[in-house]
Amino acid sequence: MKNRKLASLPAIPYVFWMALFVVVPLVLIVVYAFTSESGGFTLENFSSIGSYTMVFVRSLVLSLIATAVCLIIGYPVAYVISKEGPTFQRVAMMLIMLPMWINFLLRTYAWMSILENTGLINTFLSDIGIIGLINRLFGLSIDHLPLINTSGAVILGMVYNYLPFMIIPIHSVIVKIDKATIEAAEDLGADSVTVFRKVIFPLSLPGVLSGITMVFVPSVSTFILSKLLGGGTSMLLGDLIELQFMGGAYNPHLGSAISLVMMIIVMACMAVMNRFGDGEEQAVIM
Amino acid sequence: MKKKNGFWGRFLTFLLFFFLYAPIIVLIIFSFNSTKSRTVWTGFTLDWYVKLFHNSSILSALYTTLLISVLAALIATIIGTFASIGIFNMKKRPRELIMQVNNIPVINADIITGVSLCILFVFLGKKLGFELGFGTLLIAHITFNIPYVILSVLPKLRQLDKNLFEAAQDLGCTWMQAFFKVIIPQIKPGIVNGLLMAFTLSVDDFVISYFTAGSVETLSMRIYAMTKKRISPEINAVSTILFATVLLLLIIINVREARQEKAAEKRRASFKS
Repeated sequence: MKNRKLASLPAIPYVFWMALFVVVPLVLIVVYAFTSESGGFTLENFSSIGSYTMVFVRSLVLSLIATAVCLIIGYPVAYVISKEGPTFQRVAMMLIMLPMWINFLLRTYAWMSILENTGLINTFLSDIGIIGLINRLFGLSIDHLPLINTSGAVILGMVYNYLPFMIIPIHSVIVKIDKATIEAAEDLGADSVTVFRKVIFPLSLPGVLSGITMVFVPSVSTFILSKLLGGGTSMLLGDLIELQFMGGAYNPHLGSAISLVMMIIVMACMAVMNRFGDGEEQAVIM
Repeated sequence: MKKKNGFWGRFLTFLLFFFLYAPIIVLIIFSFNSTKSRTVWTGFTLDWYVKLFHNSSILSALYTTLLISVLAALIATIIGTFASIGIFNMKKRPRELIMQVNNIPVINADIITGVSLCILFVFLGKKLGFELGFGTLLIAHITFNIPYVILSVLPKLRQLDKNLFEAAQDLGCTWMQAFFKVIIPQIKPGIVNGLLMAFTLSVDDFVISYFTAGSVETLSMRIYAMTKKRISPEINAVSTILFATVLLLLIIINVREARQEKAAEKRRASFKS
């Protein structure tokens, strides 16, 4: 290409589009966060966040637990699948991705009907007499276990919906590990535990890190899961933001301030992540 | 390394698939249940499907979703493909800056993208006198689709042999001819991939639509409204249809890929002999 300037012209519409619809909106969030309704500069939005500390803490705790559970389930599964033959791997990864193609709300709705007070699990437990047994053992008189509308249900929803995001990057990194490296370690006398600890795990770390980010970010910002599975009893950050924009408490300035703080938390987490892995080698998503 | 998994490895994989699919299977089974109960099986019926196809709000939501997804995917693919070529030809500095901006909608939580666009549209709407609706929804969808198109086209451009374009021009092609006859066919897999990805992302999106659609309703938003108030097996019927469609599409894509791979192998084999 002789003329670089000319050759980069096709990107112009895109650059304008991204500037107007990605950069400007983010700038507006910052501006809104630091202004009041009358338009003057204020820090009030941030000081009133203080009364929502519990929401921040709850969001962080629930999404961190969900991320940890995803890692504990996802890593062994990704590892086990990577040891199978190519056809098995292909089919298994497709089966793991398939639920992600089903609408998020429908997947969550499916769990609602399982966890309900009169849902499948509770009906099953009372049919086989477990509920009665619990009642007799502890001297209670319950007719169902409290499953839905609990923090546990919200965590379950996070794990169920975002687990594939953990498995896929870890699997894609483990498969790419050069077999020769592992054989070399074995030839040098490492047993299988040492091979895993000193070779496979460190090499799969970029996948682990991108998996953690991909589970944590949507978990910490969700507002659907807490509404549908938490029964509105445990408000999360996403709910708080949604309330400022769509709910009765319409206040985009406060909403922007909360969004800004959430973005900063997420970015800080990601910066810490990138410190651990060298950051350059971001695992490919799909 | 090639030690196969023992019983426990297989068992773990099985447990995972059970966990992933049990809720979906329950959902599908109860779409055929003759009463509204979601736990007790009372008999087979297709009533909910019949009802579904007479439910005008679901049908119009489906129409909006398909229209938005097709339009947004096409526009995003066109803008994104041209942009990829432009970005590819840029110097390192501006290219890196642009790629960082490109990654913002990919990395950012959906709710932030939705809320920030909501602020922009309300702000501009007050100034220019429009309301949130189909137009703003379309713009929002194009905005979150473009980055994925670029992420799937750009790698194909990197694989491209740079001399091809100049060779075509040396052989008498104009810039345009060389572009459409040489470059586009070479990066076509990336473009198609980007288009499909953009389409599925659009169909699946709820959060960003929720904040930018105004009074327009997409299928996801309809489902959300349905889960919030009374619960009806019509939702199960919708999910079953969507699941079957996705499954069919995936099978077709995979069979096609497998066939292409086989054909390529045959070609290679015939070269050798």
